[in-house]
Amino acid sequence: MANKEDRFQSHDHYNVDALLEQDHLLARDAVRTWVKQSVSPIIEDYSERAECPVHLFKELAEIGAFGPSLPIKYGGGGMDEIAYGVIMQELERGDSGIRSMASVQGSLVMYPIYRFGSEEQRIKYLPKLGAGEFVGCFGLTEPDHGSDPGGMTTHIVDDGDVYILNGAKMWITNAPQADVAVVWAKDQEGAIRGLIVEKGMSGFSAPEIHGKWSLRASSTGELVFEDVRVPKKNLLPDVKGLKGPLSCLSKARYGIAWGAIGAAMDCYDSALRYSLERQQFGRPIGGFQLTQKKLAEMITEITKAQLLAWRLGTLANKGEATPAQISMAKRNNVHMALEIAREARQIHGGMGITNEYPIMRHMMNLETVLTYEGTHDIHLLITGHNVTGLDAFRG
Amino acid sequence: MKLLVCINKTPDTTARISFTSDGTKFDSSGVQFIMNPYDEWYALVRAVELKEQLGGTVTAVHVGSADSDTIIRKALAIGADDAIRINKAPTDAFDIAHQISVIARDQEYDMILLGKESIDYNSAEVGPMLAELLELPFVGFANKVESNGQQAIVSRDIEGGVETAIIPLPVVVSAAKGTAEQRIPNMRGIMMAKSKPLKVVEPLEVAQTVLPVQFELPSGRTTCRMIDPDNMEQLVELLHTEAKVI
Repeated sequence: MANKEDRFQSHDHYNVDALLEQDHLLARDAVRTWVKQSVSPIIEDYSERAECPVHLFKELAEIGAFGPSLPIKYGGGGMDEIAYGVIMQELERGDSGIRSMASVQGSLVMYPIYRFGSEEQRIKYLPKLGAGEFVGCFGLTEPDHGSDPGGMTTHIVDDGDVYILNGAKMWITNAPQADVAVVWAKDQEGAIRGLIVEKGMSGFSAPEIHGKWSLRASSTGELVFEDVRVPKKNLLPDVKGLKGPLSCLSKARYGIAWGAIGAAMDCYDSALRYSLERQQFGRPIGGFQLTQKKLAEMITEITKAQLLAWRLGTLANKGEATPAQISMAKRNNVHMALEIAREARQIHGGMGITNEYPIMRHMMNLETVLTYEGTHDIHLLITGHNVTGLDAFRG
Repeated sequence: MKLLVCINKTPDTTARISFTSDGTKFDSSGVQFIMNPYDEWYALVRAVELKEQLGGTVTAVHVGSADSDTIIRKALAIGADDAIRINKAPTDAFDIAHQISVIARDQEYDMILLGKESIDYNSAEVGPMLAELLELPFVGFANKVESNGQQAIVSRDIEGGVETAIIPLPVVVSAAKGTAEQRIPNMRGIMMAKSKPLKVVEPLEVAQTVLPVQFELPSGRTTCRMIDPDNMEQLVELLHTEAKVI
């Protein structure tokens, strides 16, 4: 049986709301309302069936969750980075998979086309992506190249008016639904280039990956390219090298740093309510010291994560958020959320393992979030590199 | 069509309600506020729909301090064209009705819409008071509001049926469930609302007509007692001796 009612109530222990502007509060309120109406009533069922609620692509577009910080002219919302952050937070409060659908579309597909694409490409793709008429995906990771994307083997060969694309990508969110894929491949000189590959191009397929115990309501697939003839006008002209895909990942990781707070807040909120309703030994379990320790530590960690995300957002608004700062926030906040999900599961006792409560779904989702968009360990090494100046990746 | 929508600010539906130690005021500390759902979901959205059908403008009016600007922005994001905030923390329903009547008197609005009641004090007084002050007809608790630009066609549920009234404009209507469906503002609407005009006007002095003496929380929820369906005698006995309803 799925959740009957989404009783989520937000918690703001440090009056962080006072740091937010009207746009942010309104955006958060709007997305929270949408999640309660359109996500919470169905998400347990879709997750259980491992099915993507594809109808939500259109609804996400209608509320403006795709590329909210891109200019309105190109299908975005013209908002700032904090607004983008709170939108991701609220989506992930509903489900990490739903947030993934939106952050891939906005940060990993619309953003590179906006940032590195030609005007013709922007006009052709961005309004349709923003309106949810096109679904997009982002192909960087390969079966043998995850943390080391620079080692990719997918490649293009110049053939007159087209590039011939060969290779395979793995763990690609939205791939089975995608009309458009932003794909990174090496050219004949070994430089990484971005291409827009469209559904229906001969030799391009996107089989779904089955058997996931995480992000079950979001589709994940492979991208397979067998002599795909991609018109040269589909090459992103203004980027060469790994910095292209990495700058997109910085955008998406920034959104995850906010999003994870949403999952943590949902787990905490459910645990707090449960602890006040569940009676043992003649009183609410929230009255016991060990439960209070868990709850107190949860709200402490959520508050720290909120302040970290807010500060990162203010830096991002000024264009000053560094990849290393984004790494720290992504790593800290996702780990925080996963730990809170585990503690919240304990407070819920046996009920915590059922789909009556969102805890196990969040916990399983967060195992992916801990790994994708730069693993927990890789982000630690990015911080380590940043503070020591010594690169641990290459020895 | 020139429409005015009165919007009120109320505690969030999930807020924990408490009162000051002397019991004479609502304790708003730590409470999150929202636009009164009846004003938002029904009155405002229906006004925007009528504007979309018939053309014209929708103005949102609110009596409150600058703290309310976020909910006013939300009204603009949902589709109001402009807004007026009367700069005062209102004392009671008559104060609100009086302040809005001053704004509305010279503006020749075709229709003034508001929710059937606010979810805080639930007194449902502002609508009829406002109509009386403006000497306009009033239809309360509407479930359907239509207009052809000359008249309002307003239906509401009554005991055993539906009552439909056709009223020449201008008119004041309070809206209940069924009038419209909630609209969630999208991100573009939120950004466009930034450039819509919000006029702040100073209030007129109005004597306070209602002085709250005491607020009390209702007694806690009582537990449910299950009676065996074969034991009707016990049910009748309990209804008679404990519930005292028969």
